[in-house]
Amino acid sequence: MKRADIILAAVILAAAFLFLGGRQFTRTEGNTVVVTVDGKETARFALDREVDVQLDGAGGVNRLVIHDGLAEVTDADCPDRLCVKESSIRYSGETIVCLPHKLVVRIESDEMPEVDGVAK
Amino acid sequence: MKTNRIAEYGLLTALALVLAYVESQIPAFWAVPGMKLGLTNLVVLTALYRQGERGAFAINLVRIVLTAFTFGSMSAMLYSLAGGILSFVIMVLCRRSGRFSIAGVSIAGGVAHNAGQILVAMFVLETARLIYYLPILMISGTAAGFVVGLIGIGVLKRLPRSLSSE
Repeated sequence: MKRADIILAAVILAAAFLFLGGRQFTRTEGNTVVVTVDGKETARFALDREVDVQLDGAGGVNRLVIHDGLAEVTDADCPDRLCVKESSIRYSGETIVCLPHKLVVRIESDEMPEVDGVAK
Repeated sequence: MKTNRIAEYGLLTALALVLAYVESQIPAFWAVPGMKLGLTNLVVLTALYRQGERGAFAINLVRIVLTAFTFGSMSAMLYSLAGGILSFVIMVLCRRSGRFSIAGVSIAGGVAHNAGQILVAMFVLETARLIYYLPILMISGTAAGFVVGLIGIGVLKRLPRSLSSE
C-alpha cells in the first residue's frame, strides 16, 4: 500500500458521500410514477393511487405495485430480477431499473417545485 | 519459451472464466444493478503485472467475449465490454504513473468498471438519471477493488516468475 492508494480511495469515497448527502438534502416528494421502455414513455400513474399492473418491457414483463405512496416492482420474468430486489421508491428522481427489459420506473413531481418558504 | 507463454495465457483465461462462473453463482446481496465483487479482475490485474499491457488486454478481451457466450447474453456483453475496457485503460494509466500500488490500481479499475457500465446503461435506456446509481457504485467499487487488490498482491508474491518447472 502506498500513500497515493489511500488518497485515491479517500477522494472517491468523499465524492460519493458528498453526492449522496447532497441528494438527501435536495430531494422532494414525487407524485407521479413514469414508466419508460427503451427511453420512450409507456405509462404514467399517480403515486397516491393503489395500482397493481403488468408492464410490458422489451422482451418480458414486470409487475408494478403502487401502495401507500410507494412504488415497487414486485415480480419480473427477467433472469436477474434485480428490479424486484431494488427498494421501493417515493422521492422525485428515484428510479427502479430492469436492464434486460430496458424498462425504467421513475418518480417525478408534476407541478412546479414549491418555492422554499424561508427563501420567500 | 513461446509454448510457456501460450500455456500461461490459456491458464489465466481459463481462471478468469472459472472466477466469472463462481461470481455468477453468488446471489445479489444488495439490490443495486451493477454492484459486484469483480473477482475476474484479479486475473486481469495479475496479467497486467506479469504479462504486461498487451497480454493483459488480450486476456481481458477474450474472457469478456467467452464469458458473455457462456454465462451471459449479447446485451450483457455490451456492458462488460464498456466496463472492462474503461477499467483496463484506467488501470494501465495508474500503473504507468508509478504512484499506486496494486491495491490502488485495482480500486481505480473497480470504480472505472462501474462508471463505464452506468454510461452504457444511460445511453441504452436513454435515462440520464441512472447517474444517481454512481455514488453507491463508487463506494462498492472502492471496497471490491481494494479486496481484489489485496488478493492480487498475495497472488503475485506467491507465483513463481515463470510457471514452467525449469
